[in-house]
Amino acid sequence: MKWYIIKRLLQIIPVVLGVTLIAFALIHLAPGDPVRTMLGQHATQQEIDDIRAKYGLDQPLYVQYFIWLGDVIQGDFGRSILTHEKVTTEIASRFPNTIELAIAAMIFAILIGVVAGIISATKQYSVADYSVMGLALFGISMPVFWLGIMLMMIFGVFLGWLPIGGRIDLLLPFQRITGFMVIDSIITLNGAALVSVIRHLLLPAIALGTIPMAIIARTTRSSMLEVLRQDFIRTERAKGLSEWKVIYKHAIRNAMVPVVTVIGLNFGLLLSGAILTETVFSWPGVGRLVVDAVYARDYPLVIGCILIFALVFVIVNLITDLLYTYIDPRIHYE
Amino acid sequence: MGSVNANNMKAGALAIIICGLLVAVSLSGCTENKPPVTEKVLIFACAGDADKLDPADVTDGESTARTDSIFEGLVEYKEGTADIQPCLASSWTTSPDGKNITFTLRQGVKFHDNTTFNADAVVFSFERQYNTSHPYFQYGEWAYWGYMFSDIQKVEKIDDYTVKMVLSRPNAAIMTSLAMFTVAIVSPTNAALWKEDAFKHPCGTGPFKFVEWVKDDHITVEAFDGYWRGAPDLDKVIYRVITDPSARLLAIQAGEIHGMEYPDPASLAAIESDPDLKLLTAPGMNVGYVAMNNGYGYNDTNHNGMHDQDEPWVKTPGYFEPFTNKSVRQAVNYAINKSSIVKNLYKGTAIVAKNGMPPFMLGWNGDVVDYSYDPARARELLAEAGYPNGFNTTLWVMPVSRPYMFDPSKIGEAIQAYLEAVNITVDIFQIDWSTYLARTQAGDHSMCLLGWTGDNGDPDNFMNVLYGENQCTLGTAGNVAFYNNTEVQDLLSQALQTYNTNERAQLYKEAQVIIHEDAPFVYLAHANQNLVFTKNVQGFVLNPTARYFFYPVDMT
Repeated sequence: MKWYIIKRLLQIIPVVLGVTLIAFALIHLAPGDPVRTMLGQHATQQEIDDIRAKYGLDQPLYVQYFIWLGDVIQGDFGRSILTHEKVTTEIASRFPNTIELAIAAMIFAILIGVVAGIISATKQYSVADYSVMGLALFGISMPVFWLGIMLMMIFGVFLGWLPIGGRIDLLLPFQRITGFMVIDSIITLNGAALVSVIRHLLLPAIALGTIPMAIIARTTRSSMLEVLRQDFIRTERAKGLSEWKVIYKHAIRNAMVPVVTVIGLNFGLLLSGAILTETVFSWPGVGRLVVDAVYARDYPLVIGCILIFALVFVIVNLITDLLYTYIDPRIHYE
Repeated sequence: MGSVNANNMKAGALAIIICGLLVAVSLSGCTENKPPVTEKVLIFACAGDADKLDPADVTDGESTARTDSIFEGLVEYKEGTADIQPCLASSWTTSPDGKNITFTLRQGVKFHDNTTFNADAVVFSFERQYNTSHPYFQYGEWAYWGYMFSDIQKVEKIDDYTVKMVLSRPNAAIMTSLAMFTVAIVSPTNAALWKEDAFKHPCGTGPFKFVEWVKDDHITVEAFDGYWRGAPDLDKVIYRVITDPSARLLAIQAGEIHGMEYPDPASLAAIESDPDLKLLTAPGMNVGYVAMNNGYGYNDTNHNGMHDQDEPWVKTPGYFEPFTNKSVRQAVNYAINKSSIVKNLYKGTAIVAKNGMPPFMLGWNGDVVDYSYDPARARELLAEAGYPNGFNTTLWVMPVSRPYMFDPSKIGEAIQAYLEAVNITVDIFQIDWSTYLARTQAGDHSMCLLGWTGDNGDPDNFMNVLYGENQCTLGTAGNVAFYNNTEVQDLLSQALQTYNTNERAQLYKEAQVIIHEDAPFVYLAHANQNLVFTKNVQGFVLNPTARYFFYPVDMT
């Protein structure tokens, strides 16, 4: 098991190298120029040339890549062309926001999705089943942008229950330590901030979590249906166990392997796919950062973000694979 | 199985706790106790975050929206106008040849870091932008210097409160340019403290001092008690980033913010009818146009920004025979119904343009009679020019909306339809924004949509930048119609060296008559600028330069 993890961690290196190489080539081959974006409509050729030279953009592409790689190995990801800020600082200031949003969305998706899926499976072809699956279909086909605006209008403007954007009530005193605002408010024992942070999390988490919730509900349902038809379940029932115990103690765990796979895949997607939610809810996350960076052709920042996404994907996949062994002890890695 | 049970129970308990917490938190929303707010905090929603907070090193409106609260220049715009008045310089004199300007500086002004504003700070703020051997030159791109301030040869200290600015040639626009954010005065002590990171620790003499910047979320500034005009009424201004226009409007309706920029033109009517909101509207300092490629540009081999004798006119890559003909260009002007475009696509929040700069600017020529919407006349002119059956061409359409053109795609389609009606068949071409700029500046297009937002409020910043033949530089053209008329360029160059306002205005008026006759552009519209505030915000004034000043602004 230990060797398996080490082997998987070592595999990250070629994956990341491959990803950065492809990303580097693609973003540089795409039309557009960061210097022109930065200087706007009035740049002189001299200014453009000077700044291209300053950032090494006048070098051949492979030279640029190896210079970048050499710097990265020394821990230097460079500075954003547009904002002059260190790429690591730019990402570090957004990353915790996206992680918090993704985790909150996933908690919502898993809680609702798994419960709904189980209800649906155990009461197959009932009204409950049809309504859950109908809702799941609705959830999966709803545009996030529209859902976000609807949630804001209903809960933010009409009912006035929840804030409609941002991370915290800006009038509250708040001390930033880790960047994870839930954690920061707990560390500093700031109850008012914790309440405000969680209230700000709710609507975006629901908007972002709805699609994975629907997918999880459907996966749980079909997986549960399959398990419930197996011999060992019939045996449990024959032993006279109550239906609740049969489902809770024996069926769920056996049905969870495909569900965990879906959760793992979706978590990776949530991180990079949060752009729409981040835009609607003014959430200062990595999704918005990378899209802005692509528009500005801010090469160092784009590559930095892609590198982080690749790492997160690889690590979440690893965790998912390891979870299998916990859920199903028959699975072993050598 | 025992451990599994225990784990399951733990997981179940965790789930219940989380559920409970979520429910409690959402319910507590109804009764959440906010701390009593005695401070006057104005939260203003911007459409994007600042790039940098060094006023000399930014080109985007979002950065200047913040730096305007923090920094000041030697001179400033009078509230709501593009006229200048003293600010950190209390007075100035210009030498008879117009090449030396001597500024007397205001005494008793402090920077936010409590250091004293003086001639050294002024020299520092300028010199770092033009002196390549200055130790702080390396920390910025200084994008505006070469383009707007290159006539300044040097800035030197005479004594602690006097500086002299030496120009390489007389420049009547320089005083308005000096009110721009680019030449705001920064604290040299602060710059030395933060070096290459000074752009995120801004320190000026303005009414508000910088507190914090949470990227893509908000920037907070607070009242500077030592401000030389007296402390501001607002205790804090928080610039929040809300990129989506519908979300901005919802936020102001929900009372989370007190002001916002760039409302969606489609929602202006709803805003005006909302009793809690007020809409501020003013003519914008911009122009949106269709440029027809007149066919010839030049390579500025010596990089002096001027067309010299040894720089021959060469065909632009997008050379297109019909548009070299004045009658054809006039026909296009007659063929397009600008009023309808302004009414339906600018949603009425713009005025029809007939000249290449907005009406409130010095030298705007009201006597020019605009081309009317007259398709029959357009067809006649086309026939006279030898194109009785029209022709096919391509219109380049911007991929992004700008303050001077809200919905380029729809405007492009409208123009396509209008031109089709006079037998000009138009294909639409779109490409990403930075490539669009690069390729139109290189003259690859035969016809394109573009526009301009003024930088400093001076007519030179429209007329010379957009219509002078010096600007027909292949690759970096400001004049994307590649309209090269030496007579016009002479008038514009003469105007720039004329300090007498009336004489100067007359020269611009003459140039506009010639440009109108040559018709290299179809001027579409000057779009309004719109800001929304809650009713309790008092005293905010829109400026033609679209800069935001929260002094003196108050909340009731």
